[in-house]
Amino acid sequence: MNPTNEQLVSLFERMTLIRLMEERLRADAGAGRLPGAVHLYIGQEAVAAGVCANLDETDWITSTHRGHGHFLAKGGDPKAMMAEIWGKRTGICKGMGGSMHVADLSKGILGANGIVGGGFAIATGAALSAKLSGNRRVAVAFFGDGAANQGVFMECLNVSTLWQLPLVFVCEYNHFCEFTPTVTVTAGEIADRARAFKIPCEVVDGNDVVAVWKAAAQAIEWARSGKGPAFIEAQTYRIQGHLESEDLFLAGGKYREKQEIEEWRKADPISRLAKLLVSMGVRTAVQLDDISTKIAGIVEDAVRFAEASEPADPELTFEVMFAGQKP
Amino acid sequence: MPRKRYIQAINEALFEEMERDPKVIVFGEDVELAIFGDTRGLLERFGHDRIRNTPICEATLAGMAVGAAVTGYHVVLHMMFSNFIYTGFDAIANQMAKLRLMTGGQIELPLTVIAGYGGGRSTAAQHSDTPHPLLMNLGGVNVLVPATPADAKGLLKQAIRTKNPSFFLEASGRGGDSGEVPDGDYTVPFGRAAIARAGADITMVAIGSMLKPALSAAEKLNLAGIDAEVVDPRTLVPLDEQTIVGSIEKTGRAILVDEARDRCSAASHIAAIIADKAFSSLKAPIKRVTVPNVSMPYAPNAESRVLPSEDRIVQIATDLVRSKQLA
Ligand SMILES: Cc1ncc(C[n+]2csc(CCOP(=O)(O)OP(=O)(O)O)c2C)c(N)n1
Repeated sequence: MNPTNEQLVSLFERMTLIRLMEERLRADAGAGRLPGAVHLYIGQEAVAAGVCANLDETDWITSTHRGHGHFLAKGGDPKAMMAEIWGKRTGICKGMGGSMHVADLSKGILGANGIVGGGFAIATGAALSAKLSGNRRVAVAFFGDGAANQGVFMECLNVSTLWQLPLVFVCEYNHFCEFTPTVTVTAGEIADRARAFKIPCEVVDGNDVVAVWKAAAQAIEWARSGKGPAFIEAQTYRIQGHLESEDLFLAGGKYREKQEIEEWRKADPISRLAKLLVSMGVRTAVQLDDISTKIAGIVEDAVRFAEASEPADPELTFEVMFAGQKP
Repeated sequence: MPRKRYIQAINEALFEEMERDPKVIVFGEDVELAIFGDTRGLLERFGHDRIRNTPICEATLAGMAVGAAVTGYHVVLHMMFSNFIYTGFDAIANQMAKLRLMTGGQIELPLTVIAGYGGGRSTAAQHSDTPHPLLMNLGGVNVLVPATPADAKGLLKQAIRTKNPSFFLEASGRGGDSGEVPDGDYTVPFGRAAIARAGADITMVAIGSMLKPALSAAEKLNLAGIDAEVVDPRTLVPLDEQTIVGSIEKTGRAILVDEARDRCSAASHIAAIIADKAFSSLKAPIKRVTVPNVSMPYAPNAESRVLPSEDRIVQIATDLVRSKQLA
């Protein structure tokens, strides 16, 4: 099955939204306007967009410290995300969580996560809940190639296979764990770890949104129909630093070559999709530019909203710590 | 004495100890390029057998530290942010802290765990904890909380020469602070508090990161005619009860400043000791300045609402000295 032309256009829109939000965050982080640390998703947009386009609003996802793309792809509100990162009370988590913790339960977004590998078991638990209640929901665990070395990954492969849970593992192989190239700390192929459990497994070009979309459609259908977990490894590349202001931490140290980044820029997932849409005659280059301009407006609105919002309410810290209980 | 940055003092201690003893090895995530700067340059000097990047797998790293230490190495395990101690906690709480007793004292565990702790930089709840109370409660591990560059160097060198496991907790925000560091080889013994400032009216016991605000609070109080003594315990396990109690016997008033959450904090432990051993000297209730029992919020204004501040210390100290009331 292939995405329809209109589905391709909406993938383009979603990926462009993620890109422009991230570009704006990059600029604002660089200018010192944002609290905390931001880990950007630039270059990986096809993965979140291609997977989430196959999910219903009621399906669940768990995300990572690099979670803005997953949040937006799953239907999270750009304004509420931006305000969160700005530390404002109108933020999706009321300024309590920030960039690494954007979550929207009403959209099935169980949250970005500051703990590498923190999402695996949460997604597995959500899949258990879906299975027990028979509601045909699916849980997707997004995780990095680095997270694949946490033991909990194996534990979740095991329990989800054993109990045939509706769970899709999506590994984003972006080649780095902070400043450590993944190959230097990883034995064998990550996908083989899933294969050992006889989990259906696809390794795809993660910068080709059509390939991601097709693999996700299959994997999600498999999980939803009660056959158990599925696994996707999307090969992609982190264009930005591990976090903005990475150079400060590196203090002159180096873990990759500039040229490698430039090579990967040529495989940019959004340009590739744009080229495809034009060559198929689905949209003209001018029409795509119009879409991008419209989306730039959405991003601009989100920033304006964030800037104009009140800072977080410090007293809320005490109110939300527990449900109906004082800390 | 030359002035050095806190992080540089730690780096020097590692260089000197690795130079001194070929059995000292360092491992952890991203220690080669040194995300905090404390392990910078070690790879170039000592090579891959002595220092290496690991996969992201804290549960295993903590267990491996135990295994390599039991069998003859002095392991320095760098766990980056102290929240990741939780990810490795099973081997810490069930193995590291207990093996010596369970084997009837057969084994020695010369190992040092380094981790940065504390909030104040909007890194949100999963990167801001101050977990020394949890470690203190284990019983079988030393807990070191150096506040100055000199103590950081001396305590780390002492830890690396000790046959027992030690947690060396770096005050994250203080990496850039400078102070005088003695030349040449020296160590700081465990269980010996420092009087950071002598005074007559009130005793502040300031733990790790809290030494800085406590000292500046003391200066402010001085202008208001209150002469505060500031005690830096430097190590929490073992704890120098004598110096703390001696100071209270002199001043009759105690404020305990701790960045841990209040419940079962080091501050509450020290309060219990004072109540027990210096009760008759007390002229006022023992006060704790701690983080309330909440997770660290992200937004800067919410974060400063919960972190102990110079102002809060000054306020409480003033009330304590001015009030004629006895407990
Ligand atoms: C349990 C835990 N260990 C270490 C870290 C520090 N850390 C943050 S991101 C990261 C690398 C993660 O690599 P990967 O999973 O591949 O995700 P990517 O950053 O490439 O998106 C590390 C080691 C953490 N946040 N949590």
